[in-house]
Amino acid sequence: METILTVNHLTKKFGYLTAVKDLSFTIEKGNVYGILGPNGSGKSTTLGIILNVVNRTSGDFSWFDGTTSTHDALKKVGAIIERPNFYPYMNAIQNLRLVCKIKDVPETKIQEKLELVGLWDRRNSKFRTYSLGMKQRLAIASALLNDPEILILDEPTNGLDPQGIHQIREIIKIIAGQGTTILLASHLLDEVEKVCSHVIILRKGENLYTGPVDSMLASHGFFELRTANMDQLQELLEKNASFGKVENFNGTITAYLKEEMDAESLNKTLFERGIVLSHIVKRKESLEEQFLTLTNNN
Amino acid sequence: MLRLLQIEFIKLWNNRASKVLIISYFVLLTSIALIAAIKFDIGPVQFHLADQGIFNFPYIWHFNTFVTALFKLFLAIVIVSMMSNEYSNKTIKQNLIDGLSKKEFILSKVLTVISFALISTIFVFVVSMILGLVYSDYNEVSIIFSDMEFLPAFFLKLVGFFSFCLFLGILVKRSAFALGFLILWTILEQVVFGLLGWKVMSWESAKALKRFFPLESMSNLIKEPFTRLSAVQNIGEQIGENMKFDYHVYWYEFLIVIVWTAIFIYLSYVLLKKRDL
Repeated sequence: METILTVNHLTKKFGYLTAVKDLSFTIEKGNVYGILGPNGSGKSTTLGIILNVVNRTSGDFSWFDGTTSTHDALKKVGAIIERPNFYPYMNAIQNLRLVCKIKDVPETKIQEKLELVGLWDRRNSKFRTYSLGMKQRLAIASALLNDPEILILDEPTNGLDPQGIHQIREIIKIIAGQGTTILLASHLLDEVEKVCSHVIILRKGENLYTGPVDSMLASHGFFELRTANMDQLQELLEKNASFGKVENFNGTITAYLKEEMDAESLNKTLFERGIVLSHIVKRKESLEEQFLTLTNNN
Repeated sequence: MLRLLQIEFIKLWNNRASKVLIISYFVLLTSIALIAAIKFDIGPVQFHLADQGIFNFPYIWHFNTFVTALFKLFLAIVIVSMMSNEYSNKTIKQNLIDGLSKKEFILSKVLTVISFALISTIFVFVVSMILGLVYSDYNEVSIIFSDMEFLPAFFLKLVGFFSFCLFLGILVKRSAFALGFLILWTILEQVVFGLLGWKVMSWESAKALKRFFPLESMSNLIKEPFTRLSAVQNIGEQIGENMKFDYHVYWYEFLIVIVWTAIFIYLSYVLLKKRDL
């Protein structure tokens, strides 16, 4: 697989505070990555370092095959971090022309990208007259001008109203559908769950997990069960070696699996022991539950 | 290089305030020709400034470069704000993310400064040439093209001053404060000179040292031209004052300003490189 970004033992200290601690990960072409972490976990700092605006304390990173300088590599990257920053006195076209000059690409894509984000009608309005949602969409258009190899988005829906959030997510889905690699930093878990295939989880600047969303926890899921004789069921499950924790909460027993087991065989086993279930559901933890488990337990 | 200038041009020319200031600056440069129109006609006293020899070659090179350099403050405002606005709009961050290197960023500003200085110099050359050809008493080619060192001195004076403005813009990050700092610095140089001469050393050594101060060294490149006027010289002779000052531009004066310019540009780069945005 083609590597887009390699980060090796990256560390960033702000005085006494270590914002990023010995962070390593790689980004492969074609995947949609989410960087997850609570506020202050070092997401923005990490992005700032790989985007050449924050100086690293130690460690290194390399773009693509590592032969191009960072600023040349960034010409093949589209990135938006935090708030959209443009020249307030210039209109959309003028701002995008400037970006074309910086990225050294022809100005032919401006119309296409403005239409993609739905700003073509407002192309002659000055940037300062835009709403936050429009500013954010202009930022996406600007990041796409060079048809980037990778699109980096830092909290793209922060501060937007529900309609704005929806618009941005639709745009991200379209871009992801075109096969562009995306790196999305967010603390909104449902956002990441909806669009990302891989996650990088940070806490206090440390990498807790990198990999596909599905295999985040070595977990086999859990059962939610109900029956007439709850005590007997609980006792039986606790004796079974396949189950770990068994909880009885609000008339429903939740039993966590230690090894793979399907609902059918559990139902059969219990029926043979004389327990008739009125409710059986097998579930995997949601991203939120997995995330909280990871960030709390470590 | 052209690309960097184009980038800076888009930023400056779409900003109405900068555009107005740049245009007014060049209009003012041309308006020096209006001095020719100063004419007093009060009965027996007739005074026409253009007839007093201020437009004589080669004196005109000295006079015009000195007077027009006073207008540089207009461009100073443009330059300080083009630097500090990048910080207040956070566009510097976006520029870097979009793939401009920190070196290119500084270089684009420096190239703009050099272009401003170069265009100003050409402007002053053309205006002075026309004024001189119209009003000068001497029109021999050898006289017209003598004392031309005031033009490179003018160019360097502007580049040096604007580099200082760039540096202040990066250092202070707020245009109003940076301009305030510029004024403060001007006063500070005089205060330090005063203190040195008064307490630390003799006035002669203080004067010698003063020539190495950044702003002083820039203004020292083109010394005041008024005492060179024959009318003023005549008055000086009558009251018995020695008015034989040295007006020439020396190579070491060039060198001092070049060194300061290099220091300011380098410091701007170091500041930008070290800072997290």
